[in-house]
Amino acid sequence: MWARLGVAVGGSMPRASRSGWLHASGAGCAGKRQQRQASSAEVALKKTPLFDFHKAHDGKMVNFAGWSLPVQYKDSHIVSHMHTREHCSIFDVSHMLQTKVHGKDRVKFMESLVVADIAELKTNQGTLSLFTNEKGGIIDDLIVTKTDQGYLYVVSNAGCAEKDSVHMKVRLAEFKAAGLDVDLEFLDEALLAVQGPSMSRVLQEGLKDNLNKLTFMTSTVATVFGVPDCRITRCGYTGEDGVEISVSRLRAVELIEKLLANSEVKLAGLAARDSLRLEAGLCLYGNDIDETTTPVEATLVWTIGKRRRKDKDFPGAEIVVPQIKAKTVRKRVGLVSTGPPVRQHTPILSPDGKVIGEVTSGCPSPCLKKNVAMGYVDSEFAKNGTDIQVEIRKKAVRAVVSRMPFVPTNYYMG
Amino acid sequence: MAMRATLRCLSANFSPRLPLLSSAGRDNRAARLRWVSGTRRTFSSCSVLSTALKFTEKHEWVQVEGGIGTVGISSYAQDALGDVVYCGLPEVGQRLEQMGTTLTFTCKAYYYFVLNCLSFCIPAALVDEFGALESVKAASELYSPLTGEVTAINTQLAENPGLVNKDCYAEGWLIKMTIEKPEEVDALMDQAAYDKFIKSLEE
Repeated sequence: MWARLGVAVGGSMPRASRSGWLHASGAGCAGKRQQRQASSAEVALKKTPLFDFHKAHDGKMVNFAGWSLPVQYKDSHIVSHMHTREHCSIFDVSHMLQTKVHGKDRVKFMESLVVADIAELKTNQGTLSLFTNEKGGIIDDLIVTKTDQGYLYVVSNAGCAEKDSVHMKVRLAEFKAAGLDVDLEFLDEALLAVQGPSMSRVLQEGLKDNLNKLTFMTSTVATVFGVPDCRITRCGYTGEDGVEISVSRLRAVELIEKLLANSEVKLAGLAARDSLRLEAGLCLYGNDIDETTTPVEATLVWTIGKRRRKDKDFPGAEIVVPQIKAKTVRKRVGLVSTGPPVRQHTPILSPDGKVIGEVTSGCPSPCLKKNVAMGYVDSEFAKNGTDIQVEIRKKAVRAVVSRMPFVPTNYYMG
Repeated sequence: MAMRATLRCLSANFSPRLPLLSSAGRDNRAARLRWVSGTRRTFSSCSVLSTALKFTEKHEWVQVEGGIGTVGISSYAQDALGDVVYCGLPEVGQRLEQMGTTLTFTCKAYYYFVLNCLSFCIPAALVDEFGALESVKAASELYSPLTGEVTAINTQLAENPGLVNKDCYAEGWLIKMTIEKPEEVDALMDQAAYDKFIKSLEE
């Protein structure tokens, strides 16, 4: 039943930890009100340009953040997960919000919203960043890429699309009122994530340029299998080598069919995407990070640019920057255990049974055959190797605070 | 073994299809006719010493032989749950109460779309669950379909939980138990009624 690939825990902090999905807003308050909302939402679910394609390929469609998306196809969740680790899978992530930021003040504009040092990015380089609020909470995570085409290319979460776009528009109005040159363009393009160790072999067949030149977190525009003007960014949400391809919605089906013609490639859904990102130690917005967690608590300090720390000029910097030195009361950590799976909202206990935190994401790891989870604990228990307990169905089960990623990442660094 | 919440969550989204139930044979026609005529709870006069597969609304099956009930989950249930990777089962000797028909279920699919599920779930179990089946994506608490005492558990599932998916009606059984209240068995659905029940869920 369990798939092969028994890899050891180890590796360094992931260089990218973007979240591709999240709870619909209003998360956590189940009840009649929500049921009504859910049923009315079912009628009006948004469809990606690949909706009919998913149905034709036996995609089991679910509501995710108001979008109808495949949770899996014919293959079981574990088969699909392992195929991505050993070969190559395509995920339709067209639901994510893609934005271009134009104008000569675009870097200044984006830096007024996020923690990254965008000015310092090389041309065509991208980075994971965070929209923060005035209290230092995380509004969303995003990838921002400084393209050579005169704009910043921003990808953020579908579940935050509305608040992100409003947030950006409000700041845009302020910038324009101050006479600054910046503009927003929300894209209608499809977005395909092609992920797995054989991605480069598969994609190279459809490219004129050498894909080896495109290293992790860099981006280019190219014709892919005859489909022009595709933006290819070497990034992903699985821990594997991979790309995300932004493509005209009119030609998305054509591109996915050409990629699928290679027998290495299979379709994968949201279920595999979630277990893959968790093994890679990547945060899911809405579960692992939200407006009540700061970048320091979330151990995402590495996303805050050095200059930005010094200048304290991002939203919430007055709260966040001092936390870097002073440390926080709680911290996001990885957990590994055996026995019953550890799930979201599982209480985390000290060895003597005191509640010290809560799990924010967890599942049995198809690669490790152990349970992996992440959650927040009191900082005194945050050191890797610390023995703690998790309370599952009223029983305390042993677990160990563990380094993330749980499964070593396989990014292409050149 | 309250699978229903998971199933509702998942089946609401999964493409409609009937479960492939291996023993859906000739006998079903008569049973279905009786069911349609609305006498489901009165026609049964079967001996509890031995029965064909009987089903609960929570997608468990029970088969009685020699006064002992073998319990498992249906094909429909295992399909909705996905690859089972962990089976939490009770201990031999544990007494189980039948889960009342008015109770609802606690079960979650651990996706981002857990919210869809929660809207169907009212976590109110007056009878404690006796175990759980877990896949990578979902967990389903187990509640007893009958009142009785656990006489055996399927120890093979500790090493090979996937048997629940591969062979849910034979090698993937979960527990065996005594039957204290034979009338509880009588009240369960037969294959035809269960097939019809599944169909109604998917409509």
